[in-house]
Amino acid sequence: MKIYWELFITFFRMGAITFGGGYAMLPILQREVVDGKGWCTNEELTDYYAIGQCTPGIIAVNTATFIGFKQKGVAGAIVATYGVVAPSFIVIGVIAALLQNFASYAIVQNAFAGIRVAVTVLILNAVVKLLKSSVVDKLTACVFLAVALAAFFLDLSPVLFVLIAGALGIAAKVLWKGAAKK
Amino acid sequence: MTYLLLFWEFFKTGLFAVGGGLATLPFLYDMGARTGWFTAHQVADMLAVSESTPGPIGINMAVYTGYTTAGILGSLCALVGIVTPSIIVIILIAAALKAFRDNKYVNGAFYGIRPASTGLIAAAGLTVAIGSLLRTDAWTGWDRFWTVLDWKAWLLAAVIFAVSRLFKKLHPAFLILIGAVAGALFRFAGA
Repeated sequence: MKIYWELFITFFRMGAITFGGGYAMLPILQREVVDGKGWCTNEELTDYYAIGQCTPGIIAVNTATFIGFKQKGVAGAIVATYGVVAPSFIVIGVIAALLQNFASYAIVQNAFAGIRVAVTVLILNAVVKLLKSSVVDKLTACVFLAVALAAFFLDLSPVLFVLIAGALGIAAKVLWKGAAKK
Repeated sequence: MTYLLLFWEFFKTGLFAVGGGLATLPFLYDMGARTGWFTAHQVADMLAVSESTPGPIGINMAVYTGYTTAGILGSLCALVGIVTPSIIVIILIAAALKAFRDNKYVNGAFYGIRPASTGLIAAAGLTVAIGSLLRTDAWTGWDRFWTVLDWKAWLLAAVIFAVSRLFKKLHPAFLILIGAVAGALFRFAGA
């Protein structure tokens, strides 16, 4: 029973301090789940993000489902998922009920502009950490650069990048290596 | 009936909105137009609230829409609706991955996918950086390119970066708090 509570409360905490989308949650996941609880590795986190971008639903939620499932199966997945969304339910409920003009208060706008700067730095740090586990040779370095530039400048679906990179990975690791052995 | 409809509409959004929370936007515009629950203008307001509160944007949008449409129970229905499809899909994928963890094709695919995933995150980070560190509306041409640099934001970014390097054990929440306090004190949005 304790592990379910731990899953819920850990994901609740992360949901409460994530401002923005799933990317803003990445540095917090690295801190809480990879370094803190040891529930998954940085490699697995990049896998979850890749899958999260190609599957329906919200990336932060998908990642919670993945980690919950890995720890405690279907029940763990459900507990972790509702943990990460529960703060939104409470906070948005209060705002919708009491502070209809919440987003137009000057202090909220100013504070959030500052938060965005902090989130920018946090994402930068998170990417540097992920680079260490995902870019392991020349080929993966090329894939990283090509996808980062293409995704920034072109309006293409992330699904396309993940599919091409996956095919390239299979070609490099299984087919070419297999051919070399023969 | 509204409750069931809220669940169903957000279930569909959760099922078809692939990618981040912003991918739910076109579905919300469409939902508002069809059901009359909210206008496009209200969606913009909801987005502003979602972006200035903790939590994933897509989830915040669902809770806010559900609440304004049908109160607390409505927001609960919308919330359960939007997360249910992804719980089902991800559990299936996670179970499949567990079964094929040692498969060489799966491992090969992830060898290629990992740097691509990091690249996608870097591109998203760059978009966030442009929004937070540049004032694109102040652009007047290359001869005065520095006018777009938001120097207050760069200074804050440098401070937060230095703090994050000096105190590696510091929880990210403290860095977010520094950002919020500095933003409010020095009126970062100019509001």
